[in-house]
Amino acid sequence: MVNRKIRVLVAKPGLDGHDRGAKIIAYALRDAGMEVIYTGLRQTPEQIVEAAIQEDVDVLGLSILSGAHDYLFPRIHELLKAKEVNDILIIAGGIFPEEDIPKMKAIGISEIFRPGTPTDEIVNYIKSNKPVKS
Amino acid sequence: MFEKDELDELRSHKEKWTGKVEMGLEKRPERKKSFNTTSNIPVERLSTPLDIDDQSYQKEIGLPGEYPYTRGVQPTMYRARFWTMRQYAGFATAKETNQRYRYLLEQGQTGLSVAFDLPTQIGYDSDHPLAQGEVGKVGVAIDSIRDMEILFDQIPLDRVSTSMTINAPAAILLAMYIAMAEKQGIAPEKLNGTIQNDVLKEYSARGTYIFPPKPSMRIITNIFEYCSSTIPNWNTISISGYHIREAGSTAVQEVAFTLADGIAYVEAAIEAGLDVDVFAPRLSFFFNSHLDFLEEIAKYRAARRLWAKIMKERFHAKNPRSMMLRFHTQTAGCTLTAQQPENNIVRVAFQAMAAVLGGTQSLHTNSRDEAFALPSQESVQIALRTQQLIAYESGVADTVDPLGGSYYLEKLTSGIEEKAREYINKIDEMGGAPAAIEEGYIQKEIQDSAYRYQKEIDEGKRVVVGMNKFKIEEPPPTGLLRVDPKVREDQISLIETLKKERDSVELGSSMARLKKAAEGKDNLMPPLLEAVKAEATLGEICDLLRKIFGEYQPTTTI
Repeated sequence: MVNRKIRVLVAKPGLDGHDRGAKIIAYALRDAGMEVIYTGLRQTPEQIVEAAIQEDVDVLGLSILSGAHDYLFPRIHELLKAKEVNDILIIAGGIFPEEDIPKMKAIGISEIFRPGTPTDEIVNYIKSNKPVKS
Repeated sequence: MFEKDELDELRSHKEKWTGKVEMGLEKRPERKKSFNTTSNIPVERLSTPLDIDDQSYQKEIGLPGEYPYTRGVQPTMYRARFWTMRQYAGFATAKETNQRYRYLLEQGQTGLSVAFDLPTQIGYDSDHPLAQGEVGKVGVAIDSIRDMEILFDQIPLDRVSTSMTINAPAAILLAMYIAMAEKQGIAPEKLNGTIQNDVLKEYSARGTYIFPPKPSMRIITNIFEYCSSTIPNWNTISISGYHIREAGSTAVQEVAFTLADGIAYVEAAIEAGLDVDVFAPRLSFFFNSHLDFLEEIAKYRAARRLWAKIMKERFHAKNPRSMMLRFHTQTAGCTLTAQQPENNIVRVAFQAMAAVLGGTQSLHTNSRDEAFALPSQESVQIALRTQQLIAYESGVADTVDPLGGSYYLEKLTSGIEEKAREYINKIDEMGGAPAAIEEGYIQKEIQDSAYRYQKEIDEGKRVVVGMNKFKIEEPPPTGLLRVDPKVREDQISLIETLKKERDSVELGSSMARLKKAAEGKDNLMPPLLEAVKAEATLGEICDLLRKIFGEYQPTTTI
């Protein structure tokens, strides 16, 4: 596959309705030439994992500001593991207390972007860290 | 407003002055080629009487407490009583939140504002699978009237007003509040407070919708009708621009989309056969206070004037109270930075000052640590003190609308009114706010503004102090509030006990009556009151209504 566009699923897990950030990221990644699918609000971990597989994405971006990441992220990780998906780059953005960051990294979330991150920093991170799909 | 001769003289004087100033610009250029507000309204170098000479003072500005209320809804404003200091609060269980409320009241707060957790806001009990990870996180978990009783334990409900940020299930939480107050011996007519009850902005900006627009509008008009006779001092809705702004809109869009939602509610209530002058006096509003200090002050004044005109001219209201836009304000959470968080105290102070200079009726000041977590008690205290400093020390509350008459501010007030009216006309052409939301128009306008704003920050055209300029290396903050995940287990055991203890016969018959009312046309409030008194849970009631009304399917436009 030559020059396949980077495919990204921007997902809103849980009941959180704050989607300003998710939509801005979706716009910015699209402007940077990526193909972006946005799930919309209130997605269960099952729906997100299903969509990531169906859409054959390179990157899964999780956006959450409600504090429910401590349940939802490990659950998403479990489901991906159960489906033996290991070639998707997972990143997250939102509001997280400092002490949760190492826990999130330990379950395979490569990078966590917190309030104030310029969008091009996220674009560059994806470009230099995207997995090579077989 | 000014003598013609004097204006002519000023005009030629200003031309000469401008010529002189512009000659000097080569040597001493201005900071930018053009200056604009966040709504992209041009900001001139100087405003003079020439900028407002087409305004009629009597018609457009007038006196406070009189139509069109540009200068304020009460004649004496804060000389009589300060705005209500009302901090939005709620986390974990009813018991913990009750302690925070009592602390805030001890500290001089004058009203309560309940933050509910997401499962409560979306009508799921704490034991629902979708509530996993969410219970007690962004607010307090309320599953039944028992939680409500704990939440308001030892709080004098006849003396404190309570605002509840609850929308799709607002009728149920209001029923719980009325029933709980009755148990405490306080009659409904003695209760003061507000339910947010604004589902249109949930579709366009906030996301805690349950039912589709049609049954949602029916529930809302049922509330208007029930409250006007039974709980007359209650604000039946808080038509909210706050979340529209937080989602990224400009100040003009905030006014326009909020008032367009307001128009839709008024139309729905009139359609349902209600008299505008009976329900409209209890409509209230909720706005954001963002960074652009003068634009924000002008925004509140413009919103007041525009709403008064809409109520008078479009809906032929006769009662002056129907024309008064009374509003709550919250400082802009989205402007708080995770970098150098102490700076947020100052940001909030400016924003709070703008709300006061704009004539707000109540105010929430955000806490410095909200880019990380729910606020700690210490942070909330600083936020409340900020309001007390403005009230008791700054002196700005001693005269009504102190900035009224500023050439710039009056011009900007008119500019915002005019641009908001253009949007409202456009929305009218689309068939009103519900149709514009259905098409995704309002969502698209908001997200485009949000992206533009973000790009300005990314490109450094918009400076955020401490974030994209004046940066430092700093350690992560400490002392943040954290909600124990055990809260869900505690709530689940309360639900289990409740289900064992309650009278199932009474419950069954009250739920049957509710079902009948929902399927028919009767007002839902009386059967809802019976159901909550029979200790039906919030989730049980919402499930019943979901079966009858269906669920909203959002339009996602990216």
